[in-house]
Amino acid sequence: MQRYSGFGLLKHSLTHHENWQRVWRNPTPKKEYDVIIIGGGGHGLATAYYLAKEHGITNVAVIEKGYLGGGNTARNTTIVRSNYLWDESAHLYEHAMKLWEGLSQDLNYNVMFSQRGVLNLGHTLQDMRDIQRRVSANRLNGIDGEVLDPQQIKEIVPHMDCSDNTRYPIMGASWQPRGGVARHDAVAWGFARGADAYGVDMLQETEVVDLVIEDGAIVGVKTNKYGVIKAGRVGSVVAGNSGVIAKMAGFDLPIESHPLQAMVSEPIKPILDTVVMSNHVHGYVSQSDKGDLVIGAGIDGWNGYGQRGSFPTIEHTMQAIVELFPIFSRVRLNRQWGGIVDTCPDACPIISKTPVENLFFNCGWGTGGFKATPGSGHVFAASLATGEMHPMAKPFSMFRFHDGALIDEHGAAGVAH
Amino acid sequence: MFYIYCPHCGEHREEEEFHAKGQAHIVRPIDPAACDDKAWGEYLFFRKNPRGLHHELWIHAAGCRKFFNMTRDTVTYEIKEIYKIGEQPSVVAGNKLAGNK
Repeated sequence: MQRYSGFGLLKHSLTHHENWQRVWRNPTPKKEYDVIIIGGGGHGLATAYYLAKEHGITNVAVIEKGYLGGGNTARNTTIVRSNYLWDESAHLYEHAMKLWEGLSQDLNYNVMFSQRGVLNLGHTLQDMRDIQRRVSANRLNGIDGEVLDPQQIKEIVPHMDCSDNTRYPIMGASWQPRGGVARHDAVAWGFARGADAYGVDMLQETEVVDLVIEDGAIVGVKTNKYGVIKAGRVGSVVAGNSGVIAKMAGFDLPIESHPLQAMVSEPIKPILDTVVMSNHVHGYVSQSDKGDLVIGAGIDGWNGYGQRGSFPTIEHTMQAIVELFPIFSRVRLNRQWGGIVDTCPDACPIISKTPVENLFFNCGWGTGGFKATPGSGHVFAASLATGEMHPMAKPFSMFRFHDGALIDEHGAAGVAH
Repeated sequence: MFYIYCPHCGEHREEEEFHAKGQAHIVRPIDPAACDDKAWGEYLFFRKNPRGLHHELWIHAAGCRKFFNMTRDTVTYEIKEIYKIGEQPSVVAGNKLAGNK
């Protein structure tokens, strides 16, 4: 792999940047792999990267039906934070946060991780009680957090309406300074380039149409392009389509797929240098380096695989943002889109063994998977490498919906979806 | 955006008046105490999540506040059929055109 550096940039400028190495190969698949990962989004590529880097397993294929990082990785609002209430999820997201902090160096790829801080606003007394509780829990878990009053919030975000003259006045907020945003596409590309350098094969525009299961154990996958490819272990990391893969394997998941919409405004000059999220009026906003306001909110309540949602949801989102930032009211929206999110009943992911031997699932991240990308890949790789779930992944077993050990992160995680 | 026919009001109304309430036709176990963990967990948490035809429960929340069922395609978002609680769908998976068009 050609390493990126300032010197390299200078060197390639001499040849008009025409001789850069391709970022990854476009390989012809082998007949058999140690591990096959279904789904070439951020989580799948991170899994492949850590399998090769941390566990020395390089005979790995990532099978992606579209192009790498073209699903929810390309569609999210890029927010990274780890201020979750419960120990299990706090540990997992903080694990990811620590990996984020060294990710650009590790990958030799600028993922533009910017720790500009995340504000979770409270608008009611109950919001504030929940915020106090969550920040205390975070601190006990070694996660940075502070409770701010409206005056302190005003100092961080001067353009936000922190007065009493709104329908839902801001009463306070939790503040995680280490939170922030990252360049979502770069995360997928960086992991893909890193994995490729270790020899991982990434098969794009290849769809898994069936699983090959013998005596209760998976032995390979059937693809539309290359027929059957054998595998020792298979990890499914397909987000919204997890239910479809589970059906091929013959079991059900407690997951429902919903559209989640996001939108960006026209690019404007720097106005917001942090991330603002509100659970109560329900919206979140940050500003990208390009200048667009990146805006998102809740899912559409009905199931859908169509990667688009309804207008009322957009309208509610905009109402929330304009309530918080009256100054944004005349900014025009540029684009709007939807992704399919795989939501679990307890708003926590599934990182788990399955009833089929050697088939592992990593799914159910719902509306908040992007922030966990490196951590999710890291623990899932460890689980695929050893065949035993990583200790951090154990509480996220799919069997928790039978034994009742749910991890209820609804709302407690700052923004309810 | 859906334009939904409420079978109780007998009118088409905009989506904002309605709430989707998830999968339809879920039968509560007759004797919950007799369920093992698997059966009870499946009743509580496991829902059909088809890519294609889906039978779901809706409520006309800002209207008559009554529940009804809808058969909808989860990929094209086309509403195939609206029917009342207690009725069975005539459009079912594998029989996509029945009762339609």
